[in-house]
Order: sequence, then structure tokens, then C-alpha cells
Amino acid sequence: MLDKLKQLITFYEEVLSMPHRQEVARELRNEDDFFLLLLYSEMIGIPNPVYYYTLELYPYIIEKFHDWHLRMGMDKSPMTGIRCC
Amino acid sequence: MSGILVALIGMVIFALGYRYYSKFIAEKIFRLDPNYVTPAHQFKDGVDFVPTNKFVLWGHHFTSVAGAAPILGPAIAVYWGWLPAFLWVILGTVFAAGVHDFGTLALSVRNKGQSVGTIADKLIGQRGKILFLFIILILVLMVNAVFAWVISNLFIQYPASVVPVFIQIPLAIWIGYAAYKRNLKMLIPSLIALAIMYLTAIVASRTEFLQIDLVQYMGGEAGAGLFGLGAVSTAFLIWIVILMIYVYIASTLPVWKLLQPRDFINSHQLVVGLGILYLGLIFLNPEMTAPMMNENPDRNWLPLLFITIACGAISGFHGLVSSGTSSKQLDKETDARFVGYFGAVGEGILALISIIAVATFFANTDAFAATYTSFTQANAVGLGTFVEGAAKLAEGMAIPNDIATTIVSIIVVSFAATTLDTSVRLMRYIIAELGVEYNVPAITKTHVATTIAVVSSAALVLIPEGPNGFGSGGYLIWPLFGTANQLLAGISLMLIAIWLKRLGRNYAVALIPMIFLMFMTLYAMFQQVIFEWSWFGDNSNTLLFVLGAIIFVFAIWISLTAFNALTKKYDDPLDKEK
Repeated sequence: MLDKLKQLITFYEEVLSMPHRQEVARELRNEDDFFLLLLYSEMIGIPNPVYYYTLELYPYIIEKFHDWHLRMGMDKSPMTGIRCC
Repeated sequence: MSGILVALIGMVIFALGYRYYSKFIAEKIFRLDPNYVTPAHQFKDGVDFVPTNKFVLWGHHFTSVAGAAPILGPAIAVYWGWLPAFLWVILGTVFAAGVHDFGTLALSVRNKGQSVGTIADKLIGQRGKILFLFIILILVLMVNAVFAWVISNLFIQYPASVVPVFIQIPLAIWIGYAAYKRNLKMLIPSLIALAIMYLTAIVASRTEFLQIDLVQYMGGEAGAGLFGLGAVSTAFLIWIVILMIYVYIASTLPVWKLLQPRDFINSHQLVVGLGILYLGLIFLNPEMTAPMMNENPDRNWLPLLFITIACGAISGFHGLVSSGTSSKQLDKETDARFVGYFGAVGEGILALISIIAVATFFANTDAFAATYTSFTQANAVGLGTFVEGAAKLAEGMAIPNDIATTIVSIIVVSFAATTLDTSVRLMRYIIAELGVEYNVPAITKTHVATTIAVVSSAALVLIPEGPNGFGSGGYLIWPLFGTANQLLAGISLMLIAIWLKRLGRNYAVALIPMIFLMFMTLYAMFQQVIFEWSWFGDNSNTLLFVLGAIIFVFAIWISLTAFNALTKKYDDPLDKEK
């Protein structure tokens, strides 16, 4: 009985928190997108003195990079030499 | 006839509709496939596309679509007797709303989780998308006007509800802060907030100085107000201005600051409201004292009934929720039946209790006839009668009448305020999108678009003259809100029909409700525009005439587009995807 009640409360909380969870994820993604833009600002013409170092991060974020350029409205990788798709 | 029996009959028909009709549609028409890779899996990104348990998704879908509209429409429509309203809610939910909500969900799932507007662009072309945008614009404008009136009217009628409703705002901001910045769970804080609101309601119901009664402050209904207006007109004006300032701020703030935490609190209120009403009904077992059919209505139920009850029988707004968020989170395609169809049933259950609350409220048929004297009067008193009727049902739960009245009015105001917030925000987006479409960069700016949205809504609610003067006639917009909502549903049903036709399936399940809706909308608008609102009509009103004429033209446009799209031969059946 107690278990069922706990299940019900968990379910109720999940229903309530669905849009909230989505909003937190969206805010986080916006911050990540901005971070990626800072990393790869060279390709839109903004000089980035640490470009070669940020490029080193590429292997760690390759999956994110692909999603990012798609989200930014670029169907293909904007960086020549780096082809994720 | 017993109220419980009416509820029971309704529930049985809903259950049969879900058990058999939705199963038939799922298996034979939409041919849902449990192995189909839904957009939630295909584009999984942890933000918009997230596979979600069907019960959780239903809960979210239902709380997003349920609001004040399925309460108000049926409360007005009881004017023709409770039977026509009951039948339209039941049959509309089973054969129209269920198919519409379920269909838009299934359609969107098969189209990468895109919204109905984008799909309109794909299936009909650019014209379809623009048509869609304009209809939503009209709808949200009506929503803003009607719900601003609903809230102002309840604040004036039930002044004890003002303080608890305004206390919700700082509480919501506190919850938003706790949930986002401190990462606290929000169930307990939102329940505490609800408890504070209801405690304030109890205290305010019994303490006169906590009842913000603007009309009394100005010396009662006969008193003089500002700018040469009467006391009631001035009260309307003040509340509408305060509301518009509030929605301006609420709709430009990030959603997590105010809008979402308010929704947490209001979701509890939906559960509390439905719980109190249905339990009260069971304990009290009241008789349906309103007549089954009103023998002498001043306006015929055909076609007005079908535009008076939109939400609760069929509502185009649901398609926006189905295709906007729910379709992106559907775990399995087969879950669409439960989430979409049963979501519509949930709304039907809310509309059903609204009918019962109003129809059991009166001492006898004469008391009903004395309140619902004419259709216009029904529009004006429907909401108040629901609040009183619901409070009477709550007495079955041993809640004193004055406190129950305050709590029910708070619930309705909260629903209306949530809808108003969302709708002003939506209007701002549409204005900005139209600005992009027609190359007017000025109106794409947030504050410009919001100002246009707020000022036009305020103007629309203030212009119609009601019996209490300036500002009190917002309810006159109600039939137009119903029609705009039906038009939106019509266009979504048309898209479902076109999609099914191109798949080579039987599209009558969507086409028949669509034709029915379009016919009723055209019929009602023709009648209202020519015989009621035009310069030689019974209640000549230029504003309503212009708005009605615009909706009439849109209805013709949709009908012609549907006819063209459905008679066109397609060389590329979409069935290849399966």
C-alpha cells in the first residue's frame, strides 16, 4: 500500500516536473551552444587567439559539435578539414 | 434525473468511445506501429525530443489542454437545457475531439514531430501556413479578450478571490527560484503554496477588509467612478489595466520565473477542482433541476450550441499542444491513442461536470428560467452560475458555501490567468513571425510585439458595451472565440484528412467532423453577422460584425482549400514511408 502511494507521488511529481526538466535542459543547451560558438568563433570571422587550443577539444565534443552545427542551421560541418557528417 | 446518473452515462459513453472507436482508428485508419521509431527516439536530444512514459505524457498533455474554457462554454450552453449541451460534449468528444487530438498527434509523429503549422506548409503550401498563422492570431486575440473579462468579472463578483490569486504570484516566483537556482524538488513547495493560497481564501472569505471590492469602494453599483464612468465600468477598467500590465510582464519574463511555477500550482488546482466536484456530486447526489430542453429559447440551439461549446467538445488549441510538445515525447507510436484520445476524454470529463454543476444548482425550473432569461443573458451569467453551482456541490464535502465560492472562483481565475499568460506569449510569437514573413522588422522586437498584443487585446475586451456599461461586455466575444477555435480544429482535421487520403486510407473519420464543424461555423457566423451584428441586425455592433465577417471569410477559405486539396490527384502516395 505504502509502495503504491510512493509510486503515485513519484508519478505525480514526474508529470509536474516534465516542462521544468525540459526548460532546465534548454537553458543548459543554450549555454553549451554559446560555449561552442566561443570555441569555434574563427569560422564566422571572429578572431580567436586560442583557436589551436580550442581545436584540441574537438575529439571530446565531436558528437556535440555535429548536433550544434545542425541546430545553428548549418546542414554540413562548417569547418573545412573537419567532417563530422 | 439524478446528477450522478448523468455523469455515469457520460462516463460509460466516453469509455466505450475510447475502448472501441479509438481502437478502430488506431488499428484500421492510422495503423499505428509499436515498432515505428518515433521522433522522440529518432531526434532524441534530452530537451524537446525525450521518450516519455505514456501516463506521464498524458498527465502533462491533459494539464496543458484543460482550462477555464471547457467550464465556461457548457455553463452558457445549459441555456438550451442540459440535454443538448450534454449530447454535444459527449458525442463531440468521442467523434470529433478524440479524432482531432489523436489525429494531430499521429500526424505529427509521422512528420518528424513537426507542428501543425509546419505540416500545413508541407501538405497545402505557403498559403496553408499563412492561413494557419492568421487563424491562430484571431484565436489568441479572442482568448485574451475573453479571459481578461472572465478574470475581471470574477474579481468584481467575488472580491474575496483577489488576495489569494495575487498571493500566488510571489509564491510562484519563490518556487521558480527554489527549483531552478537551488535545484529543489517542487512538489512540496508547490503544495505549500497551494495551502497558503487556500488558507488566505478561507480568511478572506470571512474578513471584509481582505476583500478587494472596487465597486463598494466607489459607493456600490450606483456610485460614480473615474472619467465619468459608473462604478462597475471603472472596476472593469481598473482590473483589465492591472491584468494587462501583469500579462505584459509575465509574457516577457523567462518562462521558468513565473509561468511554469504558476503552472505547478495550477496543476494541483485542476486535481483539487475535479476531486471536489465529482466527490461532492457523489456525496450530495443532486437532481438535475434545469430543464432537459428549454422550450422557449430566444435563439435556436442550431447552430449556436456548436460554437458556444468549443473546448470540451472539440478545440483546435489541443492540436497545437499535440503537435507542439506531446508528439516530440511519444515513446511508442501506439501511445498516441492513450495520450491524444484520452486527453480529449479528460477535457470532456471537465466539461461534463460543468454542465452538471450548473444544471443541479437551481431550486427548480422557474429559478432556472429567471436566471437564464435570454441567450445574451446566459453568456453573462454562465460563469457566475458555474461558480455558485460548483460551490453547492462542494457543500457535499462539508465545505461552507462562502469559502467554497471563493475557492472555486480562485480555481477558475487561475486557469484563466494561465491561459491568458500563454496566449499573450503565443500572440507575441505570431506577430513576430508575421513580421518576418512580411518583412516588417519593427514588429519582430519582443517589446513591440508584446505591446501590440496587449493593447489590441485590451481594446477588444473594453470596446463591447455590456449591460453594466463599458468593459462589462467581454462575454459578447465568446461565440467568436468558439468559432475561431472550431476553425483551427477544422484546419487540423483537414490536414489529417489530406494526409490519410495521400496514404490511400479511409479519411472519412476526419472529413465528417471537419465538414460538420465548417458547416456549423459558416451557418452560425452567417446568422450572427447578418441578422445580429450588422447595421440592420437585432443587436447592431460594428466590432463584432467585422470580426465575425473575417472569421466567415476564413471559414470559406478553409473549405475551398480543403476541397481543392482533397480533389487533387497525388502521384506520390506518402505510403512509401511505411
